[in-house]
Amino acid sequence: MIVVLIETDAEGVTETSLETLRFARDLAAEGGGVPVHGLVVGSVPDTDELGKHGVSTVYVARGEGLASYSAAAWAAALVEARERTGAVVLTAAGTPRGNEVLAHVATRLDVPMAANAVAFEGLAPLVVKRQVAGGAALEEMQLPARPAVFTVAGHAVEARPADQATEAVVEEFEPGLEAADLVGRVVSTEPGVPDQSGDLRSARVVVGAGRGAGGPDGFGAVSELADLLGGQLGVSRVVTSLGWRPHHEQVGQTGSRIAPNLYVPCGISGAIQHWAGCASSKTILAINTDAEAPMMTKATYAVVGDMHEVVPAIVDEIRRRSGT
Amino acid sequence: MVDVLVCVKRVPDSSGEVLLTADAQAVDARYVGSTLSDHDNCAVELATQLVETHGGTVSLVSVGAPESVEQLRSALSVGPTAATLVETDLRDFGPADIAHEIAEVVRAHAELGREHDLVLLGNDAADTGDFQVPVRLAHALGRPVVTGIKTVAIENGRALAHGDSPDGGRETFDLPLPAVVAVSEGGVSPRYPTIKGRMGAKKVEIEMRTPTREPHGSGRVRLTLPPPAPSTVQVLGEGPEAAPAVVDLFQSLGVLR
Ligand SMILES: Cc1cc2nc3c(=O)[nH]c(=O)nc-3n(C[C@H](O)[C@H](O)[C@H](O)COP(=O)(O)OP(=O)(O)OC[C@H]3O[C@@H](n4cnc5c(N)ncnc54)[C@H](O)[C@@H]3O)c2cc1C
Ligand SMILES: Nc1ncnc2c1ncn2[C@@H]1O[C@H](COP(=O)(O)O)[C@@H](O)[C@H]1O
Repeated sequence: MIVVLIETDAEGVTETSLETLRFARDLAAEGGGVPVHGLVVGSVPDTDELGKHGVSTVYVARGEGLASYSAAAWAAALVEARERTGAVVLTAAGTPRGNEVLAHVATRLDVPMAANAVAFEGLAPLVVKRQVAGGAALEEMQLPARPAVFTVAGHAVEARPADQATEAVVEEFEPGLEAADLVGRVVSTEPGVPDQSGDLRSARVVVGAGRGAGGPDGFGAVSELADLLGGQLGVSRVVTSLGWRPHHEQVGQTGSRIAPNLYVPCGISGAIQHWAGCASSKTILAINTDAEAPMMTKATYAVVGDMHEVVPAIVDEIRRRSGT
Repeated sequence: MVDVLVCVKRVPDSSGEVLLTADAQAVDARYVGSTLSDHDNCAVELATQLVETHGGTVSLVSVGAPESVEQLRSALSVGPTAATLVETDLRDFGPADIAHEIAEVVRAHAELGREHDLVLLGNDAADTGDFQVPVRLAHALGRPVVTGIKTVAIENGRALAHGDSPDGGRETFDLPLPAVVAVSEGGVSPRYPTIKGRMGAKKVEIEMRTPTREPHGSGRVRLTLPPPAPSTVQVLGEGPEAAPAVVDLFQSLGVLR
């Protein structure tokens, strides 16, 4: 038995939770076809969708204490779902909440946890392969204890409906919560600054700039190019750490993940943590003085040169052709 | 007054090329050097700002190799005034072992009358990426914990911690002290040390300790590197002369307005 913690948002089950279901189904198949159950906390589940993705029973945790998010309370719900099912595997997507809740679960059950698995290697004992060093390396980690607790890294596997849809049954329950489980709960939420990175994440074109920009004044030409292409400016972490540009413009593992038709990274070396955020771009045109920089060898197209010369020349050429 | 303890980890610098040790058990720091784990810098900065506002002290703790003293000194140079090193080889340490040793330090300090009101950690370590030490530590100490926090304010003896909600908004947690908070970068910008700070850091006597129990282990079998993707890049040219070819490409991709 496997229980998957399901996260939902305004559009329903999140993509990363569907990916985790796929991972869990593959693991279940390998283990002789044990059932995969889902746990949803608080919200009303989309049973059709969960059934399509192979979930047998959807456990729905309800109760006053679950009205706002608390990792410890969610963990209590998952531990109780495990007791009800006798699950030998507990998993969730490797999102901030997924990792936080499962860390609580593993701690309560006094078993190890593997964060950000991308694959499983063996069943007896269970060995998962997981991302370490920001995705630059993989670790094979044994999980001999039961239940095995791990999270699944985002985009490690593709979400895919099961070959055979199931008729997902809903089972509601109210987990027993202690006062201590509610201390770390969300007491208020606010939209905050309207999500400034939203434009970047959905942009068709992103022009990127890294340390090669040289300083806070080095972004004029790249911004102009972004404007001419109807795109957004995206930057590397070096740029935000040095305070040259705001954090919401950062692309990468700890910034935004982008998936534009065209990404034009200028003066960005292409460290694995940056690559994690731009790998889904359809076409990449890299501009860099160093032809051997990882971004240059991974890109679709490259121009070797100083961005402070190349980018203004491109801007001029666009203006020349459009007659502006 | 607030007494803050910040947990910091010495890790190989993984911003450039990542290599593995010959036995494939760790990331090799020989050529790239070592540094403070990423989010830990922000935790140190947050702690320093809290003490600037409320008074009090910031102490550091690290579990690891003797060379971790370098990272402790560099962190000491931006504000903290005390540091503890639990000296050990981390090779066989899992996150539960590390959390256990940090908890022992917190308890030992409490026995000496130094109660750490707030323990700050990074959200996840840059090398092992376990995402667990903060939660396991809080559990061992019987304290509340929240992770993924960008900023913390102290009001009426409570910690107001702010983080990002899944929909991109901001969420607030309100914890009674003592508490444990795991910090993610993005909320504060770590400051650079001044010369005076560097000089001061050299004079701090680092409290040395040894682990209190045998580690239970990390479950690590071995590390591997993902295979490099074959390069299929098409070079459009060199320098500004490449501009026409670039704009031709933009045209063929249909991205010109
Ligand atoms: C846990 C973790 C999370 C991280 N998260 C992120 C993240 O989300 N996003 C991110 O970007 N990084 C992230 N990093 C940092 C990452 O490892 C790199 O340090 C960073 O991406 C490097 O930024 P850069 O390419 O701008 O700088 P550098 O690596 O210094 O590269 C600068 C590049 O510019 C080129 N250059 C210099 N001058 C010029 C010029 N005049 N014209 C053209 N080219 C020039 C150089 O040849 C070089 O290739 C993370 C690191 C860790 C450990
Ligand atoms: N060996 C260590 N010494 C001190 N702090 C550590 C150590 N390992 C982890 N931590 C802290 O715990 C955080 C999360 O680490 P992890 O759970 O291993 O991903 C790190 O950012 C550090 O703040």
